Order: sequence, then C-alpha cells, then structure tokens
Amino acid sequence: MNPIVFFARSSRVLHWLMAVLILVMLFVGVFMAASVGPAYHALVGFHRPLGIALLALVVLRLINRFFHRPPALPADLPPLMAIGAKASHWALYALMMALPLIGWAMLSAGGYPIPLFGNGVLLPPLLPHDAALWGWLRLTHTVLAFALFALIMAHGGAALFHFLIRRDGVLQSMIGGGSVSPGGEHSASHD
Amino acid sequence: MSANASGGSGRLIRWLGVASLPCLLAVGFAAAGGWLSPHRVTPNTMLAALRGVDGAHPGFRRNHAKGVCVAGWFEGNGQAASYSPAFAFDTKRVPVIGRFALAGGMPYQGDAPGKVRSMALALKGPGGQEWRMGLNDIPVFPVSTPQEFQALQQAVRPVAATGKPDPLAVQAFRAAHPWLASAGKALAERPITSGFENDTYLSLDSFVLQGVDGRSTAIRFAMVPEEARFADMPGKGKNASFDQLDEAISAHPLRWTLVLTLAGADDAVNDPSRLWSGQDKQITAGTLTLTHLASEAGGDCTDIVFDPLVLPEGIMPSDDPVLQARSATYMRSFAERSREKRPRPAFDPAVSPSEKTGSESVSSEKAS
Repeated sequence: MNPIVFFARSSRVLHWLMAVLILVMLFVGVFMAASVGPAYHALVGFHRPLGIALLALVVLRLINRFFHRPPALPADLPPLMAIGAKASHWALYALMMALPLIGWAMLSAGGYPIPLFGNGVLLPPLLPHDAALWGWLRLTHTVLAFALFALIMAHGGAALFHFLIRRDGVLQSMIGGGSVSPGGEHSASHD
Repeated sequence: MSANASGGSGRLIRWLGVASLPCLLAVGFAAAGGWLSPHRVTPNTMLAALRGVDGAHPGFRRNHAKGVCVAGWFEGNGQAASYSPAFAFDTKRVPVIGRFALAGGMPYQGDAPGKVRSMALALKGPGGQEWRMGLNDIPVFPVSTPQEFQALQQAVRPVAATGKPDPLAVQAFRAAHPWLASAGKALAERPITSGFENDTYLSLDSFVLQGVDGRSTAIRFAMVPEEARFADMPGKGKNASFDQLDEAISAHPLRWTLVLTLAGADDAVNDPSRLWSGQDKQITAGTLTLTHLASEAGGDCTDIVFDPLVLPEGIMPSDDPVLQARSATYMRSFAERSREKRPRPAFDPAVSPSEKTGSESVSSEKAS
C-alpha cells in the first residue's frame, strides 16, 4: 500500500476544532429553536459569539488551505466518488461561511441589537432593518443548518467508508501521526 | 474471527460501522430538536395554543394583535443610576418607538373596557443598545411558567358547539393549579381605568439591575400615568378605546413615570403570578413622553418585536421562566408574521372616527 500523505498539522487542528465547535453549534441551535427555557437565553447568548468565532475560523481555514494543499484523493477512487468528495467539501465550506453570515444578517434585518458579549458589546448590522427579509433569512438559516447537518452526517459516513470498506488511509490522513517531513507535511507508511 | 474477516458477516459489520456514525448523529439531532419528545413545550406549541383560542390571522402578531404605533421619548432622572449604568437611567433623552394594544390574538376584536391593554416600548439608546419592554395593565401574570401558559390556553380554547371555552376544562385547569388562585383573584379585582391614556402598565416579570460595583438588585417596574383624570368610559364603537387614545394624544403629549420596585426579602422574583409585598422601596427613574400615534400599516413599530430580553448593559433577565418563553415565542411569531402578506390593521389614527365607515382611501390630516 502507498504511504499515507497526511494533512498539514494546522489543517488537522483546524478541522477537528471546527468539527467539534460546529457540532456543538448545530445541536445548540436545533435545541434552542425548540425551547422556551430555562437555558434558552443563555444558549442564544452562546450561539452568537460562537457563530462569529466559527466565521473567523473558516476564513482562517481557507487561508490555511491556500498554503497547505490537501493531499490528493486516492488514485483508484471511482470518478463519481471523487466528484462527490470534492463537491461535498466545497459545499461544507460554503455552508460554514454562509450560516454565521446569514445569522448575523437576519438579526440585522430583524432590527435586533446583536450583543456579542453581555449587552454592551454589539455587532454592527450587516443589513438594513427589513422585516420581510428577516422572516425569510430566519427560515433560510434553519434550512441551511439542516443541510449542513446532513452533509456532516454524509461526511462522517464517508470517512468511515474510507476507513472500514476501502481501507485507503483517507481517514488516517486527517487523524495524523507519523513524523514531520522536511516540507512540513507529515507522512508515515501504512501497513 | 479472522476466518470471517473478509467474509460476508465481516463485511456487514463493517458496513454497520459506516452507518453507525450518521445514525447516531441523526438520533441525537432529533432528540435535541424535540422530535422525540412530543410533549415538549416549544415556541411552536405555544403559538399553536394561542391559535387554538383566537384562530389564525396571517400577518398579525400572534398575541396582542390589535394595536397602534406610538412615538415619543424617554428621559431618565439619574435616581436609579447608582443601581445600574443602563442608558435609560442616565439623564439623556432617548427616542422611543412603542405600541398600544389589546391582549389576545384577534386583530379586529371590538374594544371593551375590561380587556387587557398593553404598552410595548423600545427605548433606543446610544451605540445601538436598546431596552425593549412589553407591559400590561394587570397586577400579575395569570400563570407562573410557560407550561402553565400553554395549558391555560388549551383550557380556554373555545369549543365548536358553543364558541365558548368548555367550563369543565377551565375548572379542571383551576383545580390542577391551586397556586394560581391568588393571581386569578388579583386579576378579577383589578381596577379598570377608562382608557389606554390613563392606565398603569406593569412589567409583570422581574429583572436584575447590575451596578458597576457588582451589586445586583431584583426589580419589577411600571409605567404610571401622569394623566390621572378618569374620563367617562369610552363609547361603544368598535375602536372606542383607540379613538379616545388618539383624541387624548392629539390634545397634548401623554406622560408616564417609570417606577422601579425593588424586591424585598419575601418577594417572588421567579414567579410573575405572585404579587409583591406592597411595602417595597420604589424609585422613580424617569419620564416617558408619547407625542403621536401612527397606523401599524407602515408604522415604525410594526417591524419591531418587543422582546423583553432585548436589554441594555446594566439590566439582566431574572430567573423568571416566563421571560425566556416570551423571548423565544415572540421571535418565532415575528419570523412567521414577517413572511406573510401585510394585513390591514383595524385602527388607523389617520382616519377620523366619523370617516371610519369603511372608506379605503385615507388622507393623513395630522402632522406627525
């Protein structure tokens, strides 16, 4: 078997950090949207700054990706799977970027002050006050959150498919291990 | 094991392994979203309960549906500043957008003196901070939790045969909630003024002032009218109370005093259905001045949700459970109605009472 080419350490750290935060975010979001308390207000107060943090992280991640290209997909991956993998990865990026922006934009259009910390530190509005826009963006926020969750389920399933069925080292390339190569990439032989 | 590893059952187990992660995620997500707990009280079930009582009225607020926009300003007097650095307790004048309304989800209900009136306000402070409030002219909230609120709506839901609530259901609710009897008594015995303009509006829910010195002070607050004159009860018109408010505000600006009541040792901070002692320290914190009305059609208040948890720095929610339910449910109502066609409100102050015989074209005569 070919040696596994690992993702750069920075890519792996960003991937797993964001994986945890995004899952927390989605679970908090779907829980609070169907809640009338007692944790509702605290969770909304947690959801906003975490969303902004994730927006910053996804920008950082795209910059990181520019400097550390991901390893190539296995050469023997069927073309349809390769297309699916690439398309789903870009869809993940698009949703990771869109959800915090839409959250911020919808609260702006709803005329809500947008506190980031306490009630004193506010985010400036992204859009003018427009209730109809608020109503549709609020719905879009939900629909896209469900789409992101569905993609994450597929992504997790695909990772396990690589690990358990194809056994091609794709999952391991994101988990890491091995030694640091001169180029900053990690590599180790598999099996 | 090893003999099976590449055989059929080994492969099946590996495929089950692949499916396990998405399945676990899906189940967890469904649990978090309440799909596995059909009895959970959510903003949607609260709105469904309200709809059950008053029907569906697209485009309108799901409660306090009949109302009118109002504008003016608020000016603090500095007397509460030592308790909280909130902008409203400063002595600067800030603009206010507000709304007077009748409780209930029916946007075309006729006015009657005994109906619950509300005053909603958004005090617009510096730097985008706001203090929003939804106040009512009742001494206490009829229930102490969102679960009770929903159960009460379900109990007073009109039955098809009579168009009225089932007396047995109402009785059953009362029997199951004996601790709400004192609230019911206070509500039944409340004094009723002749109109919006001389009414007192209460926060009902409690809040916590946070001083710069770190001191916390639980409060309730009220807008107490300067207009103490008790006019005759309004006439019998469908919008009599709104017409009378329009007349009063056209004659001169209407003023209310913001009075904070500081919780005493035995006062229930977390239960809006319970009266406080009546012996508590009170602070007059400032004056609200309202100068003109505007129709909800195109008015500034229509696109504002008067979420009582939109608070400025220095004021925090208390652990009153009704507050959070109001915040969550108002947000859902605001999102739903904002996607619906803009309706025509029942009352338009630009139309004088004599003109209000169904004419559609309206010319504004009042300067605003």
